[in-house]
Amino acid sequence: MSARSQDRPSQDRLSQDNALRSAIYWRALIYTLLIVIAVIYLAPLFVMVVTSLKSLEEVRLGNMMALPLEITFEPWVKAWGTACLGLDCNGINGYFWNSIKMTVPAVAIGTLLGAFNGYVLTKWRFKGHNIVFGMMLFACFIPFQIVLLPMSQVLGILGLANTTSGLVMVHVVYGLGFTTLFFRNFYEAFPDELVRAAIMDGAKFFTIFWRILLPNSGPIIVVTVIWQFTNIWNDFLFGASFASGESAPITVALNNLVNSSTGVKEYNVHMAAAITAALPTLLVYVVAGRYFVRGLMAGSVKG
Amino acid sequence: MKQLVDRTPSYLADEKRSDKAIGWMQDQLPKLVLAPSFTVILLFVYGFILWTVYLSFSASRMLPNYEWVGLDQWERLWNTLTWQIALDNLFIFGSLYIVLCMLIGLMLAILLDQKIRVEGGLRTLYLYPMALSFIVTGTAWKWFLNPGLGLERTMHEWGFESFKFDWLIDSEMAIYTVVIAGVWQASGFVMAMFLAGLRGIDNEILKAAQIDGAPAWRIYTRIIIPQLGPVFMSAFVVLVHLAIKSFDLVIALTGGGPGNATELPATFMYSYSFTRNQIGVGASSAVFMLAIIAAIIVPYLYSELKGGRK
Repeated sequence: MSARSQDRPSQDRLSQDNALRSAIYWRALIYTLLIVIAVIYLAPLFVMVVTSLKSLEEVRLGNMMALPLEITFEPWVKAWGTACLGLDCNGINGYFWNSIKMTVPAVAIGTLLGAFNGYVLTKWRFKGHNIVFGMMLFACFIPFQIVLLPMSQVLGILGLANTTSGLVMVHVVYGLGFTTLFFRNFYEAFPDELVRAAIMDGAKFFTIFWRILLPNSGPIIVVTVIWQFTNIWNDFLFGASFASGESAPITVALNNLVNSSTGVKEYNVHMAAAITAALPTLLVYVVAGRYFVRGLMAGSVKG
Repeated sequence: MKQLVDRTPSYLADEKRSDKAIGWMQDQLPKLVLAPSFTVILLFVYGFILWTVYLSFSASRMLPNYEWVGLDQWERLWNTLTWQIALDNLFIFGSLYIVLCMLIGLMLAILLDQKIRVEGGLRTLYLYPMALSFIVTGTAWKWFLNPGLGLERTMHEWGFESFKFDWLIDSEMAIYTVVIAGVWQASGFVMAMFLAGLRGIDNEILKAAQIDGAPAWRIYTRIIIPQLGPVFMSAFVVLVHLAIKSFDLVIALTGGGPGNATELPATFMYSYSFTRNQIGVGASSAVFMLAIIAAIIVPYLYSELKGGRK
């Protein structure tokens, strides 16, 4: 401040010039920094991809960062169909389908229930609705270790231990907090007047939901589905605890593959398997990143 | 947070409604629809919490055994060296993870907020790790940091002959590899939170400050960053929560090793409960984890739920 107010007339032009120049330097610096960081963020993915396209020999002898001298899809074929997880040498494809069979129903059921809960908690409030919501909200944040032991007992009693249906149930239950939170916050902003008008016209509880709220819930359905899909697909703890054998999800299978100690470590096959496991969620992220971010934010800032 | 305001729709206070068109059934229907979900939460969350708490006071070893033994399991837990290591590691990992994620996240957000031309693309790049499973992240970084074939060799080939990076197999340093991979995964997310916060700041104040001739850095330190208080709070809560729950990342990256050098409470709980036949000890460690999270989350949720009302 003081520097600028001194002999202003003669320095005005000069300081403008300087300001412009330093602004350009700043922008160059900012862009460089941003790009360097982007390269660092991309490096592990890049290494995964190139490693998965090399022969094992090239992996062992060559530079991790180098492009493959000779592109081979052998590791991918092997990871998918013939890689050994312990004694079972059928690749990861069966586990990939397990994950799909687990994720799709769990996401669908969880989202629908969340929509109903959110509807009731905003448009049909009752005494104590805030306590009910608070209790459901807290359920989002418990460390799941606290439910592992009882859940494994209950799954055993229900005959659902080591089954995909068991995992579907677990994921629906522990996803309810978040799906409810998403829909509740969305419906909170939905105009009451529309609901009131529908009631005046004689519409009932379910009619209002199916005909008025749900058709206007597109964005939040996308957010919830993506959130649930990502979380359930990426889950490892429940999979490892409740379905470690035949019905294991892909994350558990990937970990078994990487850590199976028999023979040589086939890093290229491991990387191919890892990318396969990551592909569905990455795809969702690339296609609908906007909604993915919105879900992350809703799951954090709002509770 | 605005969404948490307690606002009862006016039509529900409408007296005429209940005695005219809509009967008792219609009145109770909303509660009936909510009831299954709420019951499930009560049983599977709160019931199970009590169940686990009980197990932590029971004689359970390989199988649950409901004989009450008081604080025996808790004593055993605190006398276990691995648990002490796990807590120390949680402290090291947690504090570095939170601080680094926040610093990098805030820095990236501020840099991206300078009217960057390719902002959308860069944001997508910084955030993609968050879409990956921790198991994938762990597998990738395990390979990336592989002492023989990974980064170390690459640096040698690029001419940095003396470059040494074997943290993955160094029991003193292995926990820091977990920090690196964790920060790589979550910092983009923190960036997104801060960026949203920055975009929410009133432009008028900033313009006024600029007209007054305040330098950019001072606008940030004096005006913008102080206004991001709630974002810092949210990011902190989310990161603490992620840190305490960290399990998959450690399993995939180091498997808790070398030895038990990277054991965290979450991995401790799992191995004691499921492979070491110490269900009682496992249960008490789980209760302890819940207690830490509850101590942070409950006041936060309470203030969010109450705060809206005022």
